[in-house]
Amino acid sequence: MEFIETLINGLSIGSTYAMIALGYTMVYGIAKMLNFAHGDVIMVGGYMIYVGLTVTGNPIISFIAAVLSSIILGITIEKIAYKPLRGASPLAVLITAIGVSYLLQSSAQMIFGSAPKMVTIADLGSINFSGLTIPVYVLVTLICSFVIMTALTLFVKYTRTGRAMIAVSEDKGAAQLMGINVNKIIMITFAIGSGLAAFAGLFMLMKSPSLSNTLGAMPGIKAFTAAVIGGIGSIPGAMLGGILMGVVEAISLKIQAIAPYTDAIEFLILIIILLVRPTGILGKKRREKV
Amino acid sequence: MALLEVKDLEVSYGVIQALKGISFEVNEGEIVTLIGANGAGKTTTMQSVIGLIPKNGGSVTYDGQDITKMPCHKIVHFGMSQVPEGRRIFQELTVYENLMMGAYSIKNNDSFKEDLEKVYKRFPRLAERSGQIAGTLSGGEQQMLAMGRALMSRPKLLMLDEPSMGLSPLLVDEVFDIIKDINKDGTTILLVEQNAGKSLAISDRAYVLETGSIVLSGTGAELAASEEVKKAYLGV
Repeated sequence: MEFIETLINGLSIGSTYAMIALGYTMVYGIAKMLNFAHGDVIMVGGYMIYVGLTVTGNPIISFIAAVLSSIILGITIEKIAYKPLRGASPLAVLITAIGVSYLLQSSAQMIFGSAPKMVTIADLGSINFSGLTIPVYVLVTLICSFVIMTALTLFVKYTRTGRAMIAVSEDKGAAQLMGINVNKIIMITFAIGSGLAAFAGLFMLMKSPSLSNTLGAMPGIKAFTAAVIGGIGSIPGAMLGGILMGVVEAISLKIQAIAPYTDAIEFLILIIILLVRPTGILGKKRREKV
Repeated sequence: MALLEVKDLEVSYGVIQALKGISFEVNEGEIVTLIGANGAGKTTTMQSVIGLIPKNGGSVTYDGQDITKMPCHKIVHFGMSQVPEGRRIFQELTVYENLMMGAYSIKNNDSFKEDLEKVYKRFPRLAERSGQIAGTLSGGEQQMLAMGRALMSRPKLLMLDEPSMGLSPLLVDEVFDIIKDINKDGTTILLVEQNAGKSLAISDRAYVLETGSIVLSGTGAELAASEEVKKAYLGV
């Protein structure tokens, strides 16, 4: 019974990672850049929930406000920081992303101070189900992520915009020849990624109410690792990698002897998988054709 | 009035001037070819006309509109379509999905089915392989797909960049037959080719491009008979 509880907990941690990893992987696939400020969008979303709760007291309104402001933030970052660097060297873009990350963290610290805020969204309690005790927030996380990931998969596969995203990720020039506005597709990608980050922020605060300006740092790195494990650029890869990381984390935390080394174990998995499959589990080997 | 009019077009990559102010025009219903050696600026011309790479000077008018500063995705909406060098089909999508992308520029596309039928009729191989992942097609089939994809947007002007590259002699003949056929059905063609013999034979008019400048122009037959072209491009 305890094992099943651990597994379910792992799935919920994993779906939080998956939500973040999707942002990394989609932006990488389409804009060909690593957006290291992505984790910090989660943190900003978290503070927006905090502000919303303080002002309105209504968790749902606060959350919607957080999603919307995260989307606007993502689009703004792309417009101001990354778009002028289109075509610049990848190193310049990477350093800019790290700069944006510090800018967001420091701004949050200046505005909200460095002491963690307690954000109690709602006490949902837990339910008993044939001998299993499962916190309700875990179920909420699982159901929400499942619905969102399914919707995203269908969106990419079956809508005009989704197919345009695939086309841009494969060949920007050819996509333009089809009449696709590449800048618009990149903007939409940032919007989706940032919206998902706000969901991840909500899941994290439901799990543990402590909010500081580094909320997104470690989960951001872990989700990035998950995206690489799954195969960066691959949407199902990000989901799989995220879930894998979460389950490993939950199991490792339950075993006393290795619990303190949980983070190390997760990154060790990355190294092992990259040794066996350098493109990640579902990453494609791109054949370069002359 | 010309369908496409290019005037003093200049393009530079950094300090290197790839096009030194070239002018040419394509009239409605024609097949016009730019021939030239590797590095003469043929692909640069094609890409800058359709807005894929920025122009440093000159102007491009299409169908009476100034499109000099227009981005590629907007130009395509006006009925200009290009089969790029190296085909550049979407390898991970199926044949059918590639053709669907070809029709992307037409919103609320009522005649999608009809256009698809036409493409399948012109390229029966594509119909047979509609569900296949495009990256697994043979080189010749990929070229057919690239052409079919470009036709899905119902272009008035179809630009083809080296469509015969890397194909077997038999397929090369087939490709040129198809180009003639597309033109006969009312699509104006701008062709870029290294295969000067075959392309001049089907062209109404042609231009010879040499290191970023147009050095010769005339009807297809005139150029094919010209001593300079014979020596430099036809190997006779």
